[in-house]
Amino acid sequence: MVLRVENLYKSFKDNPVLKNVSFQLQAGEILAIIGPSGAGKTTILRCVNNLTNCDRGTIEVDGMYLCRDDGSRSIYAKQDEMLQIRKKLGLVFQNFNLFPHMSVMQNIVEAPINVFGTPREDAFKKANELLKMLGLTDKADSYPFELSGGQKQRVAIARACALNPKVMCLDEPTSALDPELREGIALTIEDLAKEGIGILLITHDMAFAKRVAHRVIFIDDGKIIEGSSKEEFFGNIEDNRIRKFMAL
Amino acid sequence: MISYFYRLMPAMISGLNTTLKVFSLTLILSIPLGVLVSLGRLSKIKPLNSAVQLYIWVMRGTPLLLQIVFIFFGLPIVGITFDRFTAVMIAFVLNYAAYFGEIFRGGIESIDKGQYDAAKVLGFTPFNTFIRIILPQVIKIVMPSIANEVITLIKDTALVYVVGLGELLRAGKIASNRDASLMPLVLVGIIYLALTALLEAIFKKFEGRFSYYH
Repeated sequence: MVLRVENLYKSFKDNPVLKNVSFQLQAGEILAIIGPSGAGKTTILRCVNNLTNCDRGTIEVDGMYLCRDDGSRSIYAKQDEMLQIRKKLGLVFQNFNLFPHMSVMQNIVEAPINVFGTPREDAFKKANELLKMLGLTDKADSYPFELSGGQKQRVAIARACALNPKVMCLDEPTSALDPELREGIALTIEDLAKEGIGILLITHDMAFAKRVAHRVIFIDDGKIIEGSSKEEFFGNIEDNRIRKFMAL
Repeated sequence: MISYFYRLMPAMISGLNTTLKVFSLTLILSIPLGVLVSLGRLSKIKPLNSAVQLYIWVMRGTPLLLQIVFIFFGLPIVGITFDRFTAVMIAFVLNYAAYFGEIFRGGIESIDKGQYDAAKVLGFTPFNTFIRIILPQVIKIVMPSIANEVITLIKDTALVYVVGLGELLRAGKIASNRDASLMPLVLVGIIYLALTALLEAIFKKFEGRFSYYH
């Protein structure tokens, strides 16, 4: 198990967004969280990546506690521990958030070299391997504005992979892509899973979830409505809300 | 005429010397201070934020000439005395840092919040995020506005005459009165234009250095 989320609660002002969300992710597993917009999908991802602090709950990443519920509130890891946890987490943003003033190569090696002290040579070697794997070798010296949406996404994946994460999160990976690129990103995600990385992807793209996910969680109004294997989920959709969403 | 200009040169060069000293010192000190001002202005620490807002209001809301006069002639009344040049530099640096601060604030606010998120998930500290990710992008954005201020600054240096410092325009006026001729002022105008042209060329080059990305 590389990620465990237990009894997660989060409110913005007085508006509860997450109400007791729990799930787990195994190494090499592809888990899709699906649900309508506003259901709390992005908040889950932001909590898991410590971009938003949860109110209550426990998040464990590869044996380390990002935050731990002590019965009244959630206690977060200290700074040095947090850095170790960050290393285990990769996040590909919906709009990628590449650094526009840095070349593709710089985007990838910046954090390993300047945050984690990886020797330059090793960082560049790893980056070159990633670029090769993602078919971007000729783009190493390009800048983000020169890339297409699909290429930017692959750079974002390379950047997130540069620290050898155990968990890779992808926020709406198909939303910025042309339809014909969806199979490509599906294959890339499968490749990452084969390396033993746990993949957590959030999407409202049912067809894509069906194509790539091993397991699906449906979330609505801050609660998990149903979580099951893909076959069960798509074969036997009982819940009314899920059916309604699927029909949309 | 050329020989007349030639005879004016020693006085002009001495004036130009003061002008360039005030200009360059103000730039060197007020730009970094401006970055700090912008951070104070954006700070969530309420007292700091309010103090910086008040400072910006006063500095932008009163004439620079008045600020120079106040610091050189006014502060001695309460026992704080500066020599002419120091008084002038304090006024210029404080005044320009306020303007630069507001320019930097605009630049910082225009950076997408996603850049901070991306830096955070990659483990950057807030300091490193600012230095390595945010500031380089801000500099590109604010460059044209900074260039504008810098060109204003070269002409604002003429205000130092008020405390009796001999800068370029003053040298021209003295010669103009003495010789009952407008030609010294024409020469002063030409020198200002030459300086401005030089600054514009420098900024053009500088902006070019940042044009490698959008």
